[in-house]
Amino acid sequence: MITLVRRPTPSQFWSYATPLLAVIATMIAGGILFAILGKHPVEAIRVIFWDPLFGGNASYFRGQLLVKAGPLILIACGLAVGFRAGIWNIGAEGQYIMGALFSAWLALKMYPAESHWLFPAMIVLGALGGFLWAMIPAVLKVLFGTSEILVSLMLVYVAENLLAYMAFGPLKNPEGFGFPGSRNLQDYPSAFNHELIEGTGMHWGVVAALIAVIFTYGLMHRHITGFRIRVAGEAPRAARFAGVIPARLVMLGLGMGGAFAGLAGMFEVSGPSGQITDSFNVGYGFTAIIVAFLGRLHPIGILLAGLLMALTYIGGDMAQLMLGLPSAAIQVFQGMLLFFLLAFDVLTNFRIRFGRVAA
Amino acid sequence: MIVGGIDIITLTATLMGASTPVLLAATGELVAEKSGVLNLGVEGMMIMGAVAGFAAAVATGSPVLGFLMGAIAGALLATLFAFLTQKLLSNQVATGLALTLFGLGLSALIGKGYEGVRPPPTAKIDFGPLSDIPVLGRILFSHDWIVYLSLILVAVVWYVLRSTRAGLILRAVGESHDAAHALGYRVVAVRFAALAFGGALAGLGGAYLSLVRVPQWTEGMTAGAGWIALAIVVFASWRPWRVLLGAYLFGGITALQLQLQAAGYAIPVHILSMAPYVITIVVLVILSAIHRHGVQAAPASLGKSFHASS
Repeated sequence: MITLVRRPTPSQFWSYATPLLAVIATMIAGGILFAILGKHPVEAIRVIFWDPLFGGNASYFRGQLLVKAGPLILIACGLAVGFRAGIWNIGAEGQYIMGALFSAWLALKMYPAESHWLFPAMIVLGALGGFLWAMIPAVLKVLFGTSEILVSLMLVYVAENLLAYMAFGPLKNPEGFGFPGSRNLQDYPSAFNHELIEGTGMHWGVVAALIAVIFTYGLMHRHITGFRIRVAGEAPRAARFAGVIPARLVMLGLGMGGAFAGLAGMFEVSGPSGQITDSFNVGYGFTAIIVAFLGRLHPIGILLAGLLMALTYIGGDMAQLMLGLPSAAIQVFQGMLLFFLLAFDVLTNFRIRFGRVAA
Repeated sequence: MIVGGIDIITLTATLMGASTPVLLAATGELVAEKSGVLNLGVEGMMIMGAVAGFAAAVATGSPVLGFLMGAIAGALLATLFAFLTQKLLSNQVATGLALTLFGLGLSALIGKGYEGVRPPPTAKIDFGPLSDIPVLGRILFSHDWIVYLSLILVAVVWYVLRSTRAGLILRAVGESHDAAHALGYRVVAVRFAALAFGGALAGLGGAYLSLVRVPQWTEGMTAGAGWIALAIVVFASWRPWRVLLGAYLFGGITALQLQLQAAGYAIPVHILSMAPYVITIVVLVILSAIHRHGVQAAPASLGKSFHASS
């Protein structure tokens, strides 16, 4: 008989070990999945996790790593602040879209005027777009107590439809020969989020992600606000006695998540993606939730988790090319990772005892 | 009867079919939440039900087996969720999200070979002369058996929760798991059962979507229906008959939206497609505004982990 005994305080050791354990377990389970799909498991794992970093064409893929990790880390940092406070913003995908729409709208209005102010203005608008979209669930929660989970999620579908409407309607390229999608911002020097160092994939969004990591670390671990957020998440009643105002935390948690997601959308639309199309969003907002948890809601952890997740994206693309592994297999892989992580977390909070324990 | 290019009778008749997937999923989730567990994985269980049901129906040629397989797939995922949240005491919100992400991925993987395939048709029940009654015949007696099954299930859930011993235990577990545990009820076992039932209904709803409503398999075809089912449970204040009302209201909006598109109104398709989600938010807001000053309708232990030591 196996029993769980609650630890007086969560184990430090296991809180670091569980993400590693989860990654290993996912690799094993993933290998089994790939074997079922008729691929050689060891080879598939090698193609996904080894070749993009150290294989033949690694120099190209290493650049892609930063391109994919940037938005994931940026979004996850913002989400982690909310999750710590017990505020479940799961609509980052929508906020990401709105950031892209706001900033692209400005750039397309200004086209073809060149100005040094355009790119900074787009950054502001991107953050604002995501922030405002996140304020909808925040304000509704504060005023009426409406579930932020459901509202933020519903708004993803609204944003997706708005994106499609914009891509086929108001923001459509007038010189696009009838093809859907906006002008490509990569051909518009003032708005283009170009690579900072040739061939590295390093663009302003990656810089922003690094700043976000440092900022979030400072806020959560060096500032009184972060302390309040953590208290509110772990002991809401105690927090209220300590003078924490829940409404402000809701606004901060959702607002930061929204602004960061909006920024990620802005850097994506002005750089790697380049244009508004109805398939612009690829699920970064949802994958970032996994990144935030895998990184233990800690900025440094998120940095590492973001890189790992980016690796699964790139490795997944490679495996699709070389082994014909379906792209959905990587989605399953990412989902499994979160499952294993949540499952192994029991070790952080509980001691496992074999045999009966006196109650 | 045609109003503004919309045939009211057709609208009402399609409403019942359009509502059925969400009604089934919401009824299942109601039972799970009544036992005190918040399962945010409805979307994932629905889409797994959709693909599993579709695959089984295509393979066997029998839609009945398809529906059965859909329900089993949903229940299996729910059992996984139950294991994580009840045995390993993981966070229910995060685990529910994981279930949805996992389900969306796995369904896409399984469904790869089924795109563009047509499923075997599900026959409508023949009510004989009843179906020929003007107006009422088309609205009430022109559906397949799942539509009627969903209505029966609502009634059964209502009756069981209200008037049976099993229902009372389920509610006790949901209101105060510590008290229920002290009385000797097996909290974890009750929750496993409630979650599996909820998963089976979500899977059945998903299978209805892919086998009857659409009817074909496309990736991500549930398009938020599972989340809307969750919203409907809140809307219904955890009462079965109000779940029916909420689901039909939502189904009505979906059907109306589709008919407006077909009737050629000059509203862009994408703007119309937003309507169900926007209206869901509006309804949620109105309800939470009302309940803010009234009694708390949610089960008291909803979303809390249960560990016998604490």
